[in-house]
Amino acid sequence: MNVLLDNLSLYGQGLLGTVELTVYSSLLALVLGFLMAAFRVAPVGSLRAIGTVWVNVLRNTPLTLLFFAVVLGLPRFGLVLPFTLFAVLALGCYTSAFICEAVRSGINTVPTGQGEAARSLGMSFPQTLGDIVLPQAFRSVIPPIGSTLIALAKNSAIAGAFSVVELLGVYKPLSERGYSIIWTFVWIAVGYLLVTLTISALFHVLEKRYGVAR
Amino acid sequence: MAGDALIELRGVNKHYGALHVLKDIDLTVGRGEVVVVIGPSGSGKSTLCRAINRLETVESGTITLDGRPLPEEGRALARLRAEVGMVFQSFNLFAHKTVLANVMLAPMKVHKAKKDEAARRARELLDRVGLASQADKYPAQLSGGQQQRVAIARALAMDPKAMLFDEPTSALDPEMINEVLEVMRQLARDGMTMVVVTHEMGFARSAAHRVVFMADGCIVEDRTPEDFFTAPRSERAKDFLSKILKH
Repeated sequence: MNVLLDNLSLYGQGLLGTVELTVYSSLLALVLGFLMAAFRVAPVGSLRAIGTVWVNVLRNTPLTLLFFAVVLGLPRFGLVLPFTLFAVLALGCYTSAFICEAVRSGINTVPTGQGEAARSLGMSFPQTLGDIVLPQAFRSVIPPIGSTLIALAKNSAIAGAFSVVELLGVYKPLSERGYSIIWTFVWIAVGYLLVTLTISALFHVLEKRYGVAR
Repeated sequence: MAGDALIELRGVNKHYGALHVLKDIDLTVGRGEVVVVIGPSGSGKSTLCRAINRLETVESGTITLDGRPLPEEGRALARLRAEVGMVFQSFNLFAHKTVLANVMLAPMKVHKAKKDEAARRARELLDRVGLASQADKYPAQLSGGQQQRVAIARALAMDPKAMLFDEPTSALDPEMINEVLEVMRQLARDGMTMVVVTHEMGFARSAAHRVVFMADGCIVEDRTPEDFFTAPRSERAKDFLSKILKH
């Protein structure tokens, strides 16, 4: 118990760092994920190709590698940003590939006749997707998106290795100060549970609210 | 029927893999004409119907609507589809929207109609198909026949020049078929240009100006209903009619 009470502000900073990384990366991942899912089902071949390449590259390479590419690679091209922003970029882009596939699988659950009816009425592709298909796909993508964002929260620990303040990194100064490593990690785990269970609860509410089948 | 052509297909071909579903189809539908397409299943009649608003692409040949060839994709195609109503076998009402919203949506999105104007027009159309009292229900709460009548109202809300019906009564219980056919007969009497793929021979006899009989991807006969039903020329049509008119 001492390790937490003695270092409350350190733990607090770490937790705040993880929450920040999770929230910003989630927003980026959701925006990019929905956009890429739209690309993947678009009637334009080049957009579909962009979506496919995006998903296959990001989903099939290790996140740590992506972190190295962003943190070490982008400055080579003159793009120097705070480490936290690099981390948000890496986490957001990586997770967007999984969000994209969750959304796409949801789109596939909507009967094709719905889209055909919309198109036969003269609605454009963005209208068909936005007004007809996605609202009906939404309820089936809530659970997988929840899981993906929980994975994102845990993946944010990798950012600690790249000089970003986050929860897992708290153990370093604490072990230097001689605290029990076990209790240090127990409280770190509790911090992660706080974040992930909050996400779970949020998505449970969303599912209750929008998951009703009509 | 003479008069100017609204829908014109010339030398249209389509394959599904090795299957040649449309073979050099030529078909002209005049303004105000009701053409019923019949034939055994797999004869290509649904594909023909869906090709007219490019829900199915074709490999060769031309399809023109009101003198303009069907555009490839994009906005021009959407504009053209807005002028041709389509009614599906499986209704395809938007499941997440009320009956009224189903009918209002396309005029608001495509024609940028004002909300109250779209609602007024939608209620008028629902009244015309006898469903004014169901406006606030969701599609799943309606019977099949009611859903199909809403689908017709939804298509009419765009003030189409022509209406395509792809087996509109095939998914309905027998007792509900008539309420849908009655709406279609009324539409035909009002002078709507219609292409109707159906197995309802009674409707073909009473409402059609022409009957097009398809088999194996070809148009085998294209004649008036009296001629076709009393004296079919081809063996294929005789065989088909003997099978369906028995019961």
